[in-house]
Amino acid sequence: MEKFEVLRSSAVPLPIENIDTDQIIPARFLKATSREGFGENLFRDWRYDSDNQPKSDFVLNDSRYSGRILVAGQNFGCGSSREHAAWAIYDAGFKVVISSYFADIFRGNALNNGLLPLQVSNEMLERLFRQIELDPETELVVDLVNEEFFVPAWNEKVSFQIDPYKKECLINGYDDIDFLVNQKEAIEAYEKNRAWAY
Amino acid sequence: MAKTLFEKIWDAHVVRSIPGGLDVFYIDKHLIHEVTSPQAFDEIAARNLPLFRKDQIVATADHNVPTRNQHLPIQDPLSRSQVDKLTQNCAKHNIELFGLGHQNQGIVHVIGPELGITQPGMTMVCGDSHTSTHGAFGAIAFGIGTSQVAQVMASQCLLLSKPKKMRITIEGNVRAGVTAKDLILYVISKLGTGGATGYFVEYAGSAISALSMEGRMTVCNMSIEMGARGGMIAPDETTFDYLKGRTYAPQGERWEQALAYWRTLYSDADATFDKEYFFAADEITPMITYGTNPGMGIAITEPIPSTVPSNEVVSFEKSLKYMGFQPGESLLGKEINYVFIGSCTNSRIEDLRTVAAYVKGKQKAQHVEAIIVPGSKQVEIQAKEEGLDRILAEAGFELREPGCSACLAMNEDKIPVGAYCVSTSNRNFEGRQGPGSRTLLASPLVAAITAVEGKIVDITQYLN
Repeated sequence: MEKFEVLRSSAVPLPIENIDTDQIIPARFLKATSREGFGENLFRDWRYDSDNQPKSDFVLNDSRYSGRILVAGQNFGCGSSREHAAWAIYDAGFKVVISSYFADIFRGNALNNGLLPLQVSNEMLERLFRQIELDPETELVVDLVNEEFFVPAWNEKVSFQIDPYKKECLINGYDDIDFLVNQKEAIEAYEKNRAWAY
Repeated sequence: MAKTLFEKIWDAHVVRSIPGGLDVFYIDKHLIHEVTSPQAFDEIAARNLPLFRKDQIVATADHNVPTRNQHLPIQDPLSRSQVDKLTQNCAKHNIELFGLGHQNQGIVHVIGPELGITQPGMTMVCGDSHTSTHGAFGAIAFGIGTSQVAQVMASQCLLLSKPKKMRITIEGNVRAGVTAKDLILYVISKLGTGGATGYFVEYAGSAISALSMEGRMTVCNMSIEMGARGGMIAPDETTFDYLKGRTYAPQGERWEQALAYWRTLYSDADATFDKEYFFAADEITPMITYGTNPGMGIAITEPIPSTVPSNEVVSFEKSLKYMGFQPGESLLGKEINYVFIGSCTNSRIEDLRTVAAYVKGKQKAQHVEAIIVPGSKQVEIQAKEEGLDRILAEAGFELREPGCSACLAMNEDKIPVGAYCVSTSNRNFEGRQGPGSRTLLASPLVAAITAVEGKIVDITQYLN
């Protein structure tokens, strides 16, 4: 997993609520057996028409917007548990998704792949959408080490929270497997002593 | 100290807690399928790790298997390669696999319960969000991502923070024509798709305990559609009667020991929940969805809302445009071309019986294509033994071979662009049943009546 400390980037706005993982990566693209290449099908049916031509009204095809931060409407990533959604977003070049809340499984999947789900208030989300619309080149600074993001155009710092263990994993590029495999003795001791074994 | 059902099972599975609030959480059963496991097996291989407890893994092929001619090689090369990869990985690691052609093959959330693999008090995971289905037995069951599939393979554990606790109580008797599917569509329409995010839900009340195990599975199955991590129902005599004698259920003395333990699995009277909702069963009528998320449900006789809260306006307008509906419009009389009965929500024998009982001696409307995909080979066999296949065929319904099928359309079974499908599955997302498809979620009874009438009707007029 790639390390994450501080990111400075403009952002891509997607002000739609309840974006489900079927939109992020439709099921027909889940047949691959590796983790690579999902980025080209990110938001496939919103991004391309049935003749595979880019739809001009979709934000990823709009040359005004670019950057490594995706700002999306509330309840981002609901629906299917497919981790391919996090892979597709990351593969398309994003390192941060900002929303006012995330579906639980998506949040976990993102964190396990070096993609930071950054939760802000509904008011802050609305302000961000307005700001990016006003100036698509608005730069955001996401500082994971200090758990804050900074909007230089506003001269304003906003703090956010992240689980301390997950923060350490992102900063160091670690993942849970290493940690869990190192728990082997405790797990075996648990198996010997539990009340009911299935 | 008083505990909820969820806390009793959670606490019994904590290997150790680490500072910062995460638990090393033990998993009893790990279900895998062909779509979310290949990258996990690769991860394990790349790190040169053994499978920690292969005997606690059960595999099936379900998501992109064809529903016709399953005895032939899979035509689609990508689907075939994914299923082959599962077969190879299971052979390499000596994992029990119910692959195509096996008499236990089927949708992962259908075969677990029917084989008695799913039991009260267990912790279960699968790389599939509808793992919440197994909570119907009083188990903690939830969907995970592929990285977590690899973690469980490597350690039989996950690193988790404990979700908050919610209880949803539905009291009273249901009206005629109201099924488990209507109960859960109603609850989701009240709470919204994000209404239970961060929570684990326990369903309670007399309307829940009156449900069969199949009905309970339907309810728990759709917990994820309101954002819940999972749903569960305390086990009772209905649960124990269902499990007794099933292939993988405990037998003899072990059965008695298990039963004694299972009877302790309920929320203590003075246990507290972080959030509670109460609903009256007699206020619930047959439901249908009109939009592109499962929270957009209405009573079938009710018009589509004219307005929604301001924080849902964008998705509401986008939804109606996609579905070709207007705010305030009634769905009654709307012509339907496809009916899909299947998925881990409603593909069990009870669902097929419901459909057969209604369509017996009737004919589907000519313009409707009605597809029934059983949840498992066992359901398919049972349907034939009971003569349901003949009743369905005479009514013009096509009974296929088991799999996830047109629920997510990873196989050949797709609804065409712009077509309307009344579906017993769990998701009406844009393009879910094929690019451009328009899905209306409903119960198997509503689906059966729709197929016969060829349009959306007030089903209460059709019940005798």
